Amino acid sequence: MDRRFPFKVLEHIFSFLDANEDRNSVSLVCKSWFETERRTRKRVFVGNCYAVNPLKVARRFPKMRSLTLKGKPHFADYNLVPDGWGGYAWPWIEAMAARRPLLEEIRLKRMVVTDECLEKIAASFRDFKTLVLTSCEGFSTDGIAAIASTCRKLRDLELRECNVDDLGGDWLSYFPETSTSLVSLDFSCLDSEIKLSDLERLLSRSPNLKSLKLNRSVTLDVLEGLLRRAPQLVELGTGSFSDELDPEEISKLTKALSELKQLKSLSGLWDLLPEYIPVLYSVCPRLTSLNLSYATVQMPDLVDLLSRCSKLQKLWVMDMIEDKGLKTVALCCKELRELRVFPSGADLDEEDVALTEQGLVSVSEGCKKLESVLYFCVQFTNAALVTIAKNRPNFRCFRLCVMEPFAPDYRTQQPLDEGFKAIVERCKDLRRLSVSGLLTDKAFEYIGVHAKKLRMLSIAFAGDSDLMLHHLLSGCESLKKLEIRDCPFGDTALLENAAKLETMRSLWMSSCFVSFGACKQLSQKMPRLNVEVIDEHPPKTRPDSSPVERIYIYRTVAGPRQDTPEFVWTIHKNPEVGVSRLSTR
Amino acid sequence: MDEFVNLKATELRLGLPGTDNVCEQRERASCNTNINKRALEADAENESESSRMKTETSQPRKAQIVGWPPVRSYRKNIIQTKKNESERESQGIYVKVSMDGAPYLRKIDLSCCKGYSDLVKALETMFKISVGEYSERDGYKGSEFVPTYEDKDGDWMLIGDVPWEMFVCSCKRLRIMKGSEAKGLGSVV
Repeated sequence: MDRRFPFKVLEHIFSFLDANEDRNSVSLVCKSWFETERRTRKRVFVGNCYAVNPLKVARRFPKMRSLTLKGKPHFADYNLVPDGWGGYAWPWIEAMAARRPLLEEIRLKRMVVTDECLEKIAASFRDFKTLVLTSCEGFSTDGIAAIASTCRKLRDLELRECNVDDLGGDWLSYFPETSTSLVSLDFSCLDSEIKLSDLERLLSRSPNLKSLKLNRSVTLDVLEGLLRRAPQLVELGTGSFSDELDPEEISKLTKALSELKQLKSLSGLWDLLPEYIPVLYSVCPRLTSLNLSYATVQMPDLVDLLSRCSKLQKLWVMDMIEDKGLKTVALCCKELRELRVFPSGADLDEEDVALTEQGLVSVSEGCKKLESVLYFCVQFTNAALVTIAKNRPNFRCFRLCVMEPFAPDYRTQQPLDEGFKAIVERCKDLRRLSVSGLLTDKAFEYIGVHAKKLRMLSIAFAGDSDLMLHHLLSGCESLKKLEIRDCPFGDTALLENAAKLETMRSLWMSSCFVSFGACKQLSQKMPRLNVEVIDEHPPKTRPDSSPVERIYIYRTVAGPRQDTPEFVWTIHKNPEVGVSRLSTR
Repeated sequence: MDEFVNLKATELRLGLPGTDNVCEQRERASCNTNINKRALEADAENESESSRMKTETSQPRKAQIVGWPPVRSYRKNIIQTKKNESERESQGIYVKVSMDGAPYLRKIDLSCCKGYSDLVKALETMFKISVGEYSERDGYKGSEFVPTYEDKDGDWMLIGDVPWEMFVCSCKRLRIMKGSEAKGLGSVV
C-alpha cells in the first residue's frame, strides 16, 4: 500500500501556508515535501539579492506571482555605503522575464533599478499589477511612463523615498485613457511639478483608487478639486500645505476633507501652517495612521491635532512635539502601536531641550499597545529605560538614538548598560533593537543573555573590546542582521564565532578594528560566506594587520558576486589568490 | 578568555587606520572634541561657516560625523531648507529708501519696526525731516514730506493704508516725496 500522501492532498494542505518561514521549514522535511512546496509557492522573498542566483530562484518556483528583493545593506540609508556598490535589479528582472512571465508583483528595496529594468517589466509581464520601489535609485520618470502606459492591469505604483531622475511630470498622462485599475499611487518622492489636469483626469477615471500620495509640488489650492474626484480614499498623502488660501477656499477644502469618510491614513502635510490645522479636524477621529514628520509645526498646534486622534495606531512626528505633546499622545491615543520621533535639527541649547526621555516614558505609560518605537533624543537615563521596560514588556521594535555619541546617563554619569538590560530582560518578544549612548561590554553581555528573539541589532560608538561582539554572536540565537559602526572590537571575536555568521543574513562593520588578515582567514574558513571589503585603498598595498574601512559579510549559495565596483574586494577562498577581482560587467 | 582582556589592542582609536591619534575612552570630553574635528566632511565645512560664528565659544552640540545621527538625507534636507528660510528671515528685510533731492539712497530694515509709527520715526531720524501724522482721510496733510512705497505691482502707494504685515510683504522700496509732487498724494480731494 502506498503510505505516502497523494501529491494533490499535500498540495492542498500547503496552500494554507502563507508565511515563508513555515514554507522554508516544510521544504526541508524530505524531497517530496520540497517538491510540493516549491510548486505551490506564490510569494517569494529574497532578503539579500546576492544570497542566491536569480535563475535558480526562477526555476525553483514555477507558480511565482510575487517577488520581493532587498539589495544594499541598511546603513546605505545613512550614506555609509558608497555609490556604485551594487544591488542591481537587472539580473533578476531579466531572469524572471525569461522564465516567469506570469509574475504580477515586484517589490524592491535599496536596489539600483534602471529605466531598462522598468521597460523590461512593462514589456514582459502581461498581468503585471504591483510595483513598489522603496529607497531605490537609478531610474527616471521615463521608466515610470513605460510602466504606466504598458501595464494595463496596473494596480499599485508606489515610489517610496526613491532617488528618481525627475525629467518632468509627463508620465502621469501615460496611463490608459479608459478607466484604470489603479488602487494605490505614490509619487511623493518626485520633485517636479505635475500637470494638474493630467492628475484630475486620472483620478476621475480611477474608481478603485484607495491610496494617493502626492508630491510636495502639488499646492494646497488644488487639493480640494483632487479630493472631490476621489472621495473613496483610504490613504492620503497631501502635497505642500502652506499656500495662502482665502476663507472660501479654506471652507471648501475643509468640506472636501470631511467627505473622505473612509480615510484612515494621512501624510505629506509639508510645511503645514498652524492656521490650517482646523481644516484637518474632521478626519482626525477616524485616523489610524498620521505622518507629521514633514510638518514643521510647534507643540501647541500639534496638541490641537493629536488630542482629536483617539484611534491613532501609528504616529510619525518631529521632536517639536516635546514632552508636553507626547503627554497628550499618552492621554488621547490609547490605540497607539507605533511611534517615531525624528530630530528636527533645531539648534539645541542645554536649556531649550524640550524633548527628553520623559516624553517616551509618558507614552510607554499611557499607550498600552505600543510595540514599536524609534526615538531620537539628546540624552537619556537608565531610570527612564527601566521604567519604559517595566511599562511596556510588549515591545517588538525598540530603536533609541541618543544623538550625542558616548553620552552617559546624564544624571548619574553611568553607562546606559542597566537601562538596556531592563529592555532586553523584560521585552521577551523583542525582534529589533538599536542601542546608543555610552555602553560597555556589559550591555552586550545582557543582550546576548536575554535577547533570544532578537533578529536585527544596530550598534554605533559602543563597547570596550572584542567581548562585546563575542557576547552577541554566541548569545543571540535568532540574530539575522547585525550592523555595527565605530566600535573597538577586532579580529578575535569574529574568528571565534565564524560559524554563527552562516546562520545570519548579513553582518556589516565599519570603522572598527577588523584586519585584512582576519578577513582572509574568515573567508577561507567559511565556504558559504562572501567576505567583502569596502576600502578605497587596495588591501594588497597594506599589511595584513591593518584595519579595513568597512566589511560586509553575508551568507550565499551564489558564490562571489560578479558586479563589484573597484572599491569592493571579495576575499577569495583560495589563500594564494588573496583577493579576487572578478570580471567586470 | 584572557585574550579578550587585551584592552590596549582593542583600544578605541579615533583616527584613520595607521595614524596614532589615540583617545582614551574615559576622556569623554576630549573624545567628543576629537570626533568633531576628525570626521568633518568637506560639505559640512561649507555649510558651517555661519554656525562656526555662532559656536565659537562652545563645541557644536551635535558632532558632524558621517551618517550620524542616522537620519535619511531627504529628512535632513527638509530641516535644512526650513532653517535657511528662518535664517534669511532673521537677517532682516532691508529696503531702499530714496528721498527727492538727496544725493544718495539709504536702506532701512523693516523687520526692526513693529509698525508704522516705528517706521515713520525711523525715517524722520534718518533724513532729519518731519512727516507728521497719518490719517486715512487726509494722508500726511500739512507735511512737506510724504512717505510712499512701491508695491509688488510697481505702483506707488501711500504708506499707512494697509495693515502692517501686508505692507511688509508687498513693499519693494520706499520713497519720500517732497514738495508739490507730494501734495497730490498727501491729501485726498
